[in-house]
Amino acid sequence: MTVFAFYLFAALMIASAAFTIFARNPVHSVLWLILAFFNAAGLMIIVGAEFLAMLLVVVYVGAVAVLFLFVVMMLNIDFAEMRAGFMKNAPLGVAVAVILLAELVLGMGAYRAGALDLGTPDGSAAPLVGESNIESLGALLYGQYLFLFEVAGIILLVAMIGAIVLTHRENTNPRGHQDIGKQNRRRPEDATRNVKPEIGQGVEL
Amino acid sequence: MTDFFISLGMDAGWAFFVASLAGVLLIAFPLMLAVALIIYTDRKIWAAINLRRGPNVVGPFGILQSFADGLKVFLQETIIPSAANKGIFILAPIITFTVALLAWAVIPFDAGVVLADINVGLLYILAISSLSVYGVTMAGWASNSKYPFFSAMRAAAQMISYEVSIGFILVCVVLYAGTFNLSAIVEAQRGHGFGFVNGFYFNLLLFPMWVMFFISSLAETQRVPFDLTEAESELVAGYQTEYSSMAFALFWLGEYANILLMCSLNTLLFFGGWLPPVDWAPLYWVPGIIWFLAKTFFFFFMFSWVMATVPRYRYDQLMRLGWKVFLPLSLIFVVLISGWLMLTRYDEPEYDCVPVSTAGTVTTDGAVLCGPEGNLP
Repeated sequence: MTVFAFYLFAALMIASAAFTIFARNPVHSVLWLILAFFNAAGLMIIVGAEFLAMLLVVVYVGAVAVLFLFVVMMLNIDFAEMRAGFMKNAPLGVAVAVILLAELVLGMGAYRAGALDLGTPDGSAAPLVGESNIESLGALLYGQYLFLFEVAGIILLVAMIGAIVLTHRENTNPRGHQDIGKQNRRRPEDATRNVKPEIGQGVEL
Repeated sequence: MTDFFISLGMDAGWAFFVASLAGVLLIAFPLMLAVALIIYTDRKIWAAINLRRGPNVVGPFGILQSFADGLKVFLQETIIPSAANKGIFILAPIITFTVALLAWAVIPFDAGVVLADINVGLLYILAISSLSVYGVTMAGWASNSKYPFFSAMRAAAQMISYEVSIGFILVCVVLYAGTFNLSAIVEAQRGHGFGFVNGFYFNLLLFPMWVMFFISSLAETQRVPFDLTEAESELVAGYQTEYSSMAFALFWLGEYANILLMCSLNTLLFFGGWLPPVDWAPLYWVPGIIWFLAKTFFFFFMFSWVMATVPRYRYDQLMRLGWKVFLPLSLIFVVLISGWLMLTRYDEPEYDCVPVSTAGTVTTDGAVLCGPEGNLP
């Protein structure tokens, strides 16, 4: 059963990854990418890393891919122009692919040689400390790797602040600025008045 | 249920399969029935608040109105616009509907009455509910029409914004309960308030979180006052504009299944799920599923009530509420609650971290986080 599920997820993942590249429409590409994320999550569940699987779906499918889709849908991409640039960028793409492949081979080699402690022989994914995935990850992140974890957090915070600073524009136009507190403080008495105009006379505005 | 099928003389694998299938059907069919009736209830409540009669023609008190509507859309012709992206156009309502059903797999209706009692239940809910945006976005894009597209953009931005604060609110609940498993979260609420009130709402730190969760769940399900994705005065019918027949009905069913899901999450996370309101023995005579359904219906009534009384937000107000009010507030409460728990529960045995060194596989250099036997560096 597990073997069947593994081959199902793996085959679907490779197929959807291929379709991500070969789809003519960028929106279809993103949707295939989402399917690939899903199958990756399925593979993670098979090895018993259910927390990472859920995190993958929440973060990548739920947030990152939505933004991808958002951007791709709004941009009106000219497909012919994109195809024309293919040969120009091909060497760079091949170089990146070769580097990634070399890293994978190196990592697998190190794992096969026993240099990495990736898990127990029964297939569970991480060195288990607590009872569940979440507990063992928490114990590792907040225990052994506390400072690295906090450094990663600070780097992300700095990146976020940097992005805000780069895109922030001071609004000098007084009409473009809304004071929400002022809007909320406004009462009907300030904005309206009851009048009873004589017949034939208008209302003074 | 697996044991029952094994006792019928089945192989363990087959028994598990049949039991799961039966469980799925036992959840999905009553859920669809509940959705049909809850649409009727919604219209009735709305009508009562508006001093109207509401549906009262089909069946006694008009109770069969939803089924008549279902039959009507079923008999309509399915129209696919010629300029639409056909595959995605058809896929979108199916995804909305399926995703709305998927999340119910981890909802515990009573002690032990749950299809999949997984230990990352809450994360699963979060993962699935973050998917529901795809149905809307794909529908809006594939329709190849302006208003549905605007609606899709609004839906994507709105749901991502409110998911952030919902995430932080869930973190607070998880911190108090100490687990991601929904059944365990409900059990953690037993006698939470002064030893007799069942529910996290009876807590000065968690009550504001519940208020924010309720408002965020309105936004997440695109109910009034946050129904800007289908604001009829601006966007015709939003992403559903080009849909007809069963595709439209699937959106409709999925939307209400999501609303029921959010109501049941309010019940499970803050109001003690299947536990009676107070921890008093005679109340346990009432079956837990009755309490669960009663509480869920109460929240649905609140959804309808809000729908009938509150005017629609402006889009910038919606975004401001999500990012500038709920996000900082929930973040502050995460800090407050974790600080409070550090103060009060630091010495309780279940909050002791296992020292990393005891596992054997991981070496540590004395950096053990907490626990009486753990020595802080």
